[in-house]
Amino acid sequence: MLSGLTVSERQLSLVVLGLLAVCGLAMIGAGRNDDALGTHGFIVLGVSLGLTFLVISRYFDPEPSQERLSEYYDDPTRAGIILAMVWAVIGMFVGVWVAALLAWPDLTFDAAWASFGRLRPVHTNGVIFGFGGNALIATSLHVLQRTSRARLPDQFSPWFVLIGYNLFCIIAASGYLMGLTQSKEYAEPEWYADIWLVIVWVVYFLIYIRTLQRRKEPHIYVANWYYMAFILVVAVLHIVNNLALPVSLGHAKSYSVFSGVQDAMVQWWYGHNAVAFFLTAGFLGMLYYYLPKRAERPIFSYRLSIISFWGITFMYMWAGSHHLHYTALPQWVQTLGMTFSVVLLVPSWASAGNALATLNGAWHRVRDDATLRFMMVAAVFYGISTFEGSFMAIRAVNSLSHYTDWTVGHVHAGALGWVAMITFGSFYALVPWMWKQGRMYSPKLVEVHFWFALAGTVIYVFAMWNSGIIQGLMWRTYNDSGTLAYSFIDSLVAMHPYYIARTVGGLFFLIGAVVGAYNIAMTIRMARAAKVREEAGTDVPLPRPVATAMQAGE
Amino acid sequence: MELGERDPVTGRHTTGHEWNGIEELETPVPRVVLFFLAATTLFAIGYWILMPAWPLGVSYTKGLLGFDQREVVTRQVRDAAFARAAWTDRIARASFEEIAADPTLMRHVREAGRTLFADNCAVCHGVKGTGGPGFPNLAAGAWLWGGDPATIAETIRIGINSTHEGTRVSQMMAFGRDGVLTGQQVLNVGAYVRSLSGQSLSEAERGRLAAGKEVFAANCVVCHGDNGKGKHDVGAPDLTDQFWIYGGDVQSVHTTIYGGRQGYMPHWQDRLSPVETKLLTLYVLTLGDRQ
Repeated sequence: MLSGLTVSERQLSLVVLGLLAVCGLAMIGAGRNDDALGTHGFIVLGVSLGLTFLVISRYFDPEPSQERLSEYYDDPTRAGIILAMVWAVIGMFVGVWVAALLAWPDLTFDAAWASFGRLRPVHTNGVIFGFGGNALIATSLHVLQRTSRARLPDQFSPWFVLIGYNLFCIIAASGYLMGLTQSKEYAEPEWYADIWLVIVWVVYFLIYIRTLQRRKEPHIYVANWYYMAFILVVAVLHIVNNLALPVSLGHAKSYSVFSGVQDAMVQWWYGHNAVAFFLTAGFLGMLYYYLPKRAERPIFSYRLSIISFWGITFMYMWAGSHHLHYTALPQWVQTLGMTFSVVLLVPSWASAGNALATLNGAWHRVRDDATLRFMMVAAVFYGISTFEGSFMAIRAVNSLSHYTDWTVGHVHAGALGWVAMITFGSFYALVPWMWKQGRMYSPKLVEVHFWFALAGTVIYVFAMWNSGIIQGLMWRTYNDSGTLAYSFIDSLVAMHPYYIARTVGGLFFLIGAVVGAYNIAMTIRMARAAKVREEAGTDVPLPRPVATAMQAGE
Repeated sequence: MELGERDPVTGRHTTGHEWNGIEELETPVPRVVLFFLAATTLFAIGYWILMPAWPLGVSYTKGLLGFDQREVVTRQVRDAAFARAAWTDRIARASFEEIAADPTLMRHVREAGRTLFADNCAVCHGVKGTGGPGFPNLAAGAWLWGGDPATIAETIRIGINSTHEGTRVSQMMAFGRDGVLTGQQVLNVGAYVRSLSGQSLSEAERGRLAAGKEVFAANCVVCHGDNGKGKHDVGAPDLTDQFWIYGGDVQSVHTTIYGGRQGYMPHWQDRLSPVETKLLTLYVLTLGDRQ
């Protein structure tokens, strides 16, 4: 990793790490009366000092040769894949835990940090930002270089983005365990973490712009439109929704500059577009590269891609208010949210259809290749959950579904069925390319992972559909006296079996992810072993593996 | 547009661009996509014309239907209250005895009271009203402040040791911790208290009974009465029955005498209407029926 940096980049790293260490010290000093800020200061200081020692220890390594400039820079992608799988296992494990907590509330073991309110954001942020975010960074850097035929502009900034982003994730997750939160869903980290993410994100965007500027292809490929939309819009959303005033500079706690219904509207404008641009646009970028690559088919329709892209980016911006139907939000805002959500179905299904039609002529591969099947099922779940989303945005439907487990089921149809499946499919295609192997360590385990993931998703989603609709109906049923027929406790008792089923579904999905992490780890070991054999020279009676800069299909 | 090669599977040309092996076909946008794009857009426009939709500075387009969610919900709440008034008015007017004697009204009490109780009271008293450690059993007929309907209704209204200015106040002193009684005296009176409800005592406890009785007479009778039957005006429990709020075993009784007890029940005046309080009172009184 570090020997790939030039001497001037190593110097730059030391300067940046020094500044980071100063920030950490400042946080420790400012937060001495406030546990959380001080604790985070120690984390920042520890990470920057650790990395500083690492850089110093490799400081006098020989500089990378000029030949590197004729190759793509994939080290950050490799690290990103590993980080994504680590977060996947952590985030999904906590997910199974919080699911179990709903069925068996005593599993907090009387520890404050293990209460539902603290663990849940660790789960949501762990899987969305930890797993999803690292997967997006890793794949976007890979796709960007391949489709631009240009190497990343330098070796320092991708590492800054990757490590900086993971530092943000660590500060976020550890903050929740200490009870720190802005109380905004998916935007829980406090002000200093938010500021840090802005810096990281701007560098990320600049990598994209600087690489595209130097591209050797006349056109910018669709995947890059989506990755760019993801980076740009997430920056805008993140900055606006997190505008807040800290209680003081020595305090972790801050208060949003928005209040009341404006606060709610800004939050759900953010929240829904986080779904749109983080969990949809970014992963569509992934789909647009790895699916046609693996299927070895041309994209079904370029024109459909254009309509879908602009339809999705334009329409999603309006849809957030459908999270606030029948609330204090003025009805006209709800109308706009609902109607744009309905129109949004068309470009969403056009994207899913474009992906599935691309597989025409390659369905035999879908049947035989679990990696491609992951991507196909992802496109199907993308279609299912976008239909469901538009449907639930209709006010009359929402009056039944809102506040129930149906919403949770919907989110997981998207998160497990679409986001995680497309990521796993892409990783299984990408890992052998990145580590110069002909295939994954075990294609059988890919197949095992696929069925665990699919079974887990189906069990989870069906449990939540049942639970949500029963819940919604129980809450609105009246008896002959004209009063509510069921108490809230009655609805909880009715939910119990579904909560157990959901835990089982989630556990299946987690087992699949663990199998996947193992398979990837073993593939990396396989690559290391091959490298050792290669370096051992001709003594070893094995044919020399072909180690080219790029291999066929990549 | 300059076209590329023909794709043998679909028969379409590619667009002529290629990114690391990925190509795109120039397939036109399928008609069905354009149709649904038009259909959903028309639906949206129609909805905007009929419903409140677009902002106009300080106001907004009201829509031809004149639909307003605030008016709708206000009307629905009013209509529902009106429909219920058929029986709630009778509950409001009638006395407790009259309601209890009317099977139709009692059916409403059981129906509406069950959810009202589960949503407001069950968290402490349990879904069946049987209480739990620290929370009295309402199905036992062992009333701290009196079991007639008017008294129960008043307890619900003002609460116990609550923030209501007229709250019922009940406090058992921490006889051991505050040094009113010595350790031995606490042990003695604990044995005596347990004997009042006819519990089987150990040999050691039986030896403490006489001394315990003296301690009881000097310290406890003010609230619990000469015979330990309790007093409703101070909310002191009957010590001779089988119902224990904090437990009747040796350890629990000792803890209670040593550290005292201050039960807490919130007041419901600001939360429940007079009719709902009346409903709950009557419902609570039916809890014992099932025992």
